[in-house]
Amino acid sequence: MTSTLPAAEPPSEPGAPPEPGGADGARSAKDSQHDGASLWQQALRRMRRNPIAIVGAVIVAAFVLVAVLAPWIAPYPAQATPGRDLIRPTLIPGPSAEFPLGLDRFGSDVLSQLIWGARASLIIGVVSTLLGLFGGVALGLLAGAFSGWVDTLAMRLVDLMLAIPSLLLAVSIAAIAGQNNSSIIIAIGVVQIPIFARLLRGSMLQQRNQDYVLAARSLGLTRGTVTMSHVLPNSLGPVIVQATLVLATAVIEAAALSFLGLGGGRPTEAEWGRMLTGAQAELALAPQLAILPGLCISITALGFTLLGESLREALDPRMRRRR
Amino acid sequence: MNADVPEAPIGGGTESTPGTAALLQVRDLEVTFTTDAGPTVAVSGVSFDIHRGQTVAVVGESGSGKSTIAAAVLGLLPGNGRVTAGTVTLREQRLDTMSARRLQPLRGTVLGLVPQDPMTNLNPTATIGRQLIETLEDTGTASGAQAREAATELLTEAGIGQAQERLRAYPHQFSGGMRQRTLIAIGLSASPELLVADEPTSALDVTVQKVVLDRMEALTAARGTAVMLITHDLGLAAERASHVLVMYRGRLVESGPALELLTHPRHEYTKRLLAAAPSLASRRIQIAKQAGAEGAVEGADLLSATDGRDQHVTDAGAAPLIRVQNLRKVFPGAQRGLFGREPDVVAVDDVSFDMHRGSTVAIVGESGSGKSTVARMLLQLLEPTSGQVLLEGEPVQARSQREEIAFRRRVQPVFQDPYSSLDPLFTVFRTIEEPLRAHPFGSPKERAARVYELLDQVALPQSMARRYPAELSGGQRQRVAIARALALQPEIVVCDEAVSALDVIVQSQILHLLADLQERLGLTYLFISHDLAVVRQIADHTCVMEQGRIVEQGPTDVVFDSPAEAYTQRLLAAIPGRDLELAVPGS
Amino acid sequence: MLRLIARRLALLIPTLFGLSILLFLWVRALPGGPARALLGERATDAAIAEINELYGFNRPLHEQYARYLGQLLQGNFGTSLTTRRPVLEEFSNRFPATLELTIWAILIAIVLGIGLGYLAARKHGSVLDSLAVVVSLLGVTVPVFFLAFILKYVFAVRLGWFASTGRQSSDIDATHYTNLYVLDGVLTGELDAAWDAILHLALPAIALASIPLAIIARMTRASVIEVQTSDYVRTAIAKGLRPTRVRNRVLLRNALLPVSTTIGLQVGLLLSGAVLTETVFSFPGIGGFLASAIYSADYPVLQGFIIIIAVVYALVNLAVDISYGLIDPRLRTR
Repeated sequence: MTSTLPAAEPPSEPGAPPEPGGADGARSAKDSQHDGASLWQQALRRMRRNPIAIVGAVIVAAFVLVAVLAPWIAPYPAQATPGRDLIRPTLIPGPSAEFPLGLDRFGSDVLSQLIWGARASLIIGVVSTLLGLFGGVALGLLAGAFSGWVDTLAMRLVDLMLAIPSLLLAVSIAAIAGQNNSSIIIAIGVVQIPIFARLLRGSMLQQRNQDYVLAARSLGLTRGTVTMSHVLPNSLGPVIVQATLVLATAVIEAAALSFLGLGGGRPTEAEWGRMLTGAQAELALAPQLAILPGLCISITALGFTLLGESLREALDPRMRRRR
Repeated sequence: MNADVPEAPIGGGTESTPGTAALLQVRDLEVTFTTDAGPTVAVSGVSFDIHRGQTVAVVGESGSGKSTIAAAVLGLLPGNGRVTAGTVTLREQRLDTMSARRLQPLRGTVLGLVPQDPMTNLNPTATIGRQLIETLEDTGTASGAQAREAATELLTEAGIGQAQERLRAYPHQFSGGMRQRTLIAIGLSASPELLVADEPTSALDVTVQKVVLDRMEALTAARGTAVMLITHDLGLAAERASHVLVMYRGRLVESGPALELLTHPRHEYTKRLLAAAPSLASRRIQIAKQAGAEGAVEGADLLSATDGRDQHVTDAGAAPLIRVQNLRKVFPGAQRGLFGREPDVVAVDDVSFDMHRGSTVAIVGESGSGKSTVARMLLQLLEPTSGQVLLEGEPVQARSQREEIAFRRRVQPVFQDPYSSLDPLFTVFRTIEEPLRAHPFGSPKERAARVYELLDQVALPQSMARRYPAELSGGQRQRVAIARALALQPEIVVCDEAVSALDVIVQSQILHLLADLQERLGLTYLFISHDLAVVRQIADHTCVMEQGRIVEQGPTDVVFDSPAEAYTQRLLAAIPGRDLELAVPGS
Repeated sequence: MLRLIARRLALLIPTLFGLSILLFLWVRALPGGPARALLGERATDAAIAEINELYGFNRPLHEQYARYLGQLLQGNFGTSLTTRRPVLEEFSNRFPATLELTIWAILIAIVLGIGLGYLAARKHGSVLDSLAVVVSLLGVTVPVFFLAFILKYVFAVRLGWFASTGRQSSDIDATHYTNLYVLDGVLTGELDAAWDAILHLALPAIALASIPLAIIARMTRASVIEVQTSDYVRTAIAKGLRPTRVRNRVLLRNALLPVSTTIGLQVGLLLSGAVLTETVFSFPGIGGFLASAIYSADYPVLQGFIIIIAVVYALVNLAVDISYGLIDPRLRTR
């Protein structure tokens, strides 16, 4: 009946629809002043009121915008080395009028490299996350929808993948996929599969015990229909949140893998992780070459993390009180 | 009586002789919570007294502010709550302005608490003994070996056997009832002058509830402890307290001596609450029957189609619509270790009963009695280990998709928790339309017409159709669940604790709706409940289940008026307000 | 309790078995096949055929696997292509360095993480709380190797407070018993050696600690806030317990239980992080060696190290589970 923490229960909630018989006192949810808002609409509404979500969204929007508009806003083409004649073994010029953020070891314009790097990071992040998401959802759906040996087998596979520290797993996968750009994407994506699978399965098992699933089965709907139209949509919340957070991880992991020399590609190719790696040798000479791409990675990861965390909070208002 | 007049302390104060100050004086109390939506006043203008040794009950529905009052008196309002007006005075000391540091020595010794939920109120990582002994030590009641002895004694007093050994147990090794007894022992360990009992038994089964309350009453009476009892059950309040305060939407709407309030309620809300409380309704039925004035039992109290006399059974010719034969369900024991297993659990054992068209059969029992398992087997959501369900004499076959659909069209469920029985992503319209789509029913236009017709039948406005479950109150959700169940025009509706999660007045409205629908549509109900008082009101035929078996069944009148089994008698005796003298209209 | 250990150990066997199959297949799936992976890109066809014959790569897969598994069970993890020494030997030579580094990192993470998380929760909404939130955000959003770069540049290259590479200065001649250099220095009384080891360890340990620190701080904060508002803490206050008892006996004990499980999960992250950190600081541990094995495509080392690391990882998690069972009465007395 009454909760022991009355904070959750103000006596009369504005906008709560009264009982038709005139009596009230039945609990009703917040945010009810709006007619017909779905769970996701409500979450969006909560996010719009949350400054953290807005900061995250602004960062992500800026990042996506730069990545998409790279061909138009980058001063130089991706592989160009316009300042190659200015580079000396002991001198890498810093910021100048012509090159606002200076040059790198090969004479590329750092600003252009960062802009093109955003594009590479966006592609790696989005594609690998989608790969992990679809793979994980497929595996998790299989495990969550069928109990018994299908479930056991799927979960054993997940355990197996989680038994190897994630970076080593990614390295192993990238080694098979070969020295090319897509190998990093595949490696990062595959590493996320067990995490998504486990999350979705757990969420589905939780939903499967809800009364509305029993009610749907009682209506004579087939197991498949119940799973696809009730259990799955209601289980996706945590998975979507995780996907947002994985976008952050992907940007970082991509940098880590190219730092370890995986993924191939030419050294002048713009990619934040590769820029950072290349700068290692010139740390004393030109620290900005390491700091700038590092900051770009961190800020982008921060944007996705803030967005993901506030989405989690918006989908589960109980979390808010703990914050 | 008007709570807005602060000069006239009401409640326990009415009896006191002038000059003796009350133990607890609450004057014009206002509590405000800071929420996302701005400040919300949870309680305002509440004044009452509690005298030494007196038991005062605060009654109200969820959200009425009754627990907020308890928290304010205890100085335990959550971080976002403050006393914004009025005073709380205990032994002539202002509690509302007292610092936590100065309040601490009073806790346990002057001001005690028995909290609501036994499952969450004990420290899960400390032994029962530790939790008692630390209380005794910190309140300066006893220490060392003495404290150990006192702890044993307290547990024994609270009705826990083998207390010596049980001191070493952890909370998770105790049942709910035992935990609540422990909490009572802890609350009373330093003999407080005022004990605040916040819904102390609402999480427990009825029979346990009664024993625990009896024990608490005996202990507080022996110590001369004053009790502030917070409860949603008016019958329980009237039975246990000398004075009752009725809270409604943060205000004190009525107060007075318990019996007077029951017999001569003045406020409109108290009257509605009195009419709605099933425990009181079943008592009214009982009184009327004893007085031989059966006609005097109003339709508002007695909702069963046959007034509980179960005529169909006497109609020898009528074949039952549903016959449940020797149902048995065994759940295999959980895996333990590599090869070991825990023993199998027999959840339902040899359960048989008949259901006649247009009547209501109730299965009543405490938690773990197997009543919901029976419901799920009848709904073909769970396969029986043995036994069968006959529908009009034919064994129910749900093997093929076609047979299952044919069966599902005739039998539909309404579940307990209105918060989980509707898909949160479906609008009301889509929820009710789903069965119509699944079993092709006309054109989209015809389906829409049917949805609005169903909304109308459960007395929901058509504008509700576009809402999502999160935007509905508990009662409204349960109406939607009923509408969905009725969409396919079933003959049988299985209500599994369908009203248990609702507040009294809403509960009464849903019960009336169910009775009304039964009359209009000729429905047959299987009504699963732990609440005997509700069963008394709505069932024609009652089956009492204990530990997987039906220990007694028969026409509701017979089961309630002359129970044959000891267990049934115990259950009946545990209905709160069993012996209250109530006014029966017309008698 | 014993049952729990037995079950966890039993679960470990199929996992390791599956892992050995995966790693076996992995080498076969490498571009160009196992022989080319051993010999390198420019190997002649004749040399490859010879290797295939020698190692039985042309035999049926199941036969090859049986042979591989047999070798594994005898402790034969193959030979490094670059150093020509047994993989197991390479691992055990470098393991103490990584062990020392991870121990320091996890200690830093636990002490600072729990401290910061606890204080933040107690002063919910204060400056300290905001600091904890920022730290826990930065920990997961700043790449470990970037942080390592910055630390190295600022504190070693620029300020010269700490050593920038290696485990020990070349001019120090220390005695080693355990191969944990700080401990050795203290045990033998060679305090200058211990101090020198600390100067080498501090920066990589801090960089490595960043992720677990962030996660532990965040978990502790959430857990303390949750327990702080729990019914049983409220009841503990209401029954008249002294504030110190409420804090130590009720609040801390219950709040730190869930935190202790996440500490075990950090080990995987630490091993991943060690690969990157050790590379930046040229720290002679297994991480740095793994990174160079990746550069030089030394597959036997990768294959062997991964399976050994998986075993270590699994055993650490088992130990954490068991100790968790010992602390939590709900598990202990079930």
